Amino acid sequence: MSSTLAPQRAARADVGPRGRRAARRGRLAGRLATLGPGLGYLVVFMLVPLALVLSYTLFHRGRFGGIVYEASADNFTRVADGLYLGVVWTSVKLAGLTTLLALLLGYPTAYLIARLPRRWRTVALVLVVLPFWTNFLIRTYAWIILLNSEGVINRTLTGVGVIDRPLELLYTPGAVVGGLLYAYLPLMVLPLYSAIERLDPQLREASANLGARPARTFWSVTLPLTLPGVLTGCVFVFVPSLGNFVIPELLGGGRTVMVGNLIRDQFLKARDWPFGSTLALIVIALLVLLLMAQAWAARRLSGGNRA
Amino acid sequence: MRRFSWLYVPAGLTYLFLYLPIVVLVVMSFNAADTPYRWDGFDTAWYGRLFADRAIREGLINTLVVAAGATALSTVLGTLLAVGLARHTRSKLLDAIAVAPAVLPDIVLAIGLLAFYTAVQFTLGLHSILLAHTVFGTAFVAAVVRTRLAHVDGSLEEASRDLGATAAHTFVRITLPSLAPGIIAGALLAFSLSIDEFVIAFFTAGPQDPTLPIVIYSMVRFGVTPEINALATLLLAVSFTFVIAAQRLSRLTESL
Repeated sequence: MSSTLAPQRAARADVGPRGRRAARRGRLAGRLATLGPGLGYLVVFMLVPLALVLSYTLFHRGRFGGIVYEASADNFTRVADGLYLGVVWTSVKLAGLTTLLALLLGYPTAYLIARLPRRWRTVALVLVVLPFWTNFLIRTYAWIILLNSEGVINRTLTGVGVIDRPLELLYTPGAVVGGLLYAYLPLMVLPLYSAIERLDPQLREASANLGARPARTFWSVTLPLTLPGVLTGCVFVFVPSLGNFVIPELLGGGRTVMVGNLIRDQFLKARDWPFGSTLALIVIALLVLLLMAQAWAARRLSGGNRA
Repeated sequence: MRRFSWLYVPAGLTYLFLYLPIVVLVVMSFNAADTPYRWDGFDTAWYGRLFADRAIREGLINTLVVAAGATALSTVLGTLLAVGLARHTRSKLLDAIAVAPAVLPDIVLAIGLLAFYTAVQFTLGLHSILLAHTVFGTAFVAAVVRTRLAHVDGSLEEASRDLGATAAHTFVRITLPSLAPGIIAGALLAFSLSIDEFVIAFFTAGPQDPTLPIVIYSMVRFGVTPEINALATLLLAVSFTFVIAAQRLSRLTESL
């Protein structure tokens, strides 16, 4: 920064007060020209809409839809009703389970990829991301074909003789978790890979040379040093899982309802926008808490390493 | 010989899990039967049906229109924003606003925009989806261009200014060309995100003009349609080609 300021300062000494004012005007113009359009756009198309949703939580639905602008806390007492809190809790549980499974599958995969020869590393990474580049709905649809009672898995299992009658796989909470895991697993592998790849192999060697067994080295060297990557991956998987309504609808068959389904229904079916906004506010609050916890943990970790 | 590592088990499971559904889709797209649950022999009839499907063709065109418009707008806004955030301010708040659309759950942005469009009595259609997609497009372009900015040497811009070039001239002749790879990468990202985006489009679309993801959603919701298998196979082939091309391209630019 100082290197860019130095010549300007020198120039200013030559041109006197009028030039200085012109320079300040120029800087202001530069700031407006670069920041103005983008921030202006985000204010109009993101902050104003969010503020609207936030304000709707205080109002209620009119008899024929629409919004009655009388402030009350009715929406919040209604959310506190066991039914809705139960749905929120189910969503947190399913998203949490998805995140845990993604970590259990993703960590060893990322670890293995990071240890491959450079040539194969790229191929292995691309293969993880590739399914992510096909349409999200089509990826979910593939699971309907797999899990249906006449689907591939049931036919194989009955064909081999493992089971007599087809298992009920589709339209279960398990199917929803499987679909969420399938949709977001690459988002876990990528940050884990970059964290593990950055790890200095000498640290592992040092630990081994000092007599630690591989498991000990993993738990006290590799895992703690890659925890920031773990946290990022968990946020990347948990956040889109929590608000998802497509996968619970297509793979849960309406029997597994998540908070995203409730919000969608309040906005597009019941036309109760104030209540839908209140549910959305709960999702936002949960995510803000999560991001704060992540930032706190990351700060603690980096502080711990320095000490 | 290398010892067998237990890591191969979960890693193998990961790849099996990722590719089993895709293999099934591709195989079933060549199935003569009208249900994916029976194999009646090899046939490409579903591809014919797919190309003849007007809803899918119109959806594809709508998607491309929205993605092209949103990408153009996001690229301009996002690039300027990245330069502004890196060179003209140190505000943490502005940083947070610029990344927020990438972090916010899509359903929150979707209901917000629907509420906003309704409040200002904006008619819904392709333009409303385009403006909505520009929100996250701008954030992603800005993020990608900023990482490029961090690696660009500022001394060229300084030299340009010292030699008497105006700020605008320096920006166009020095800053933009040095950022070009980042701008192109950001634009490609914005484009592919827009093409695939469903939730926000679903909330901000008008009754006519659905995008391709919305068409696919209504097809999938009303049951299993083998046409989808053919569509999935084609989309997969396109992204496969795209990834390989990008890989080759980046290797080419690295060697330059």
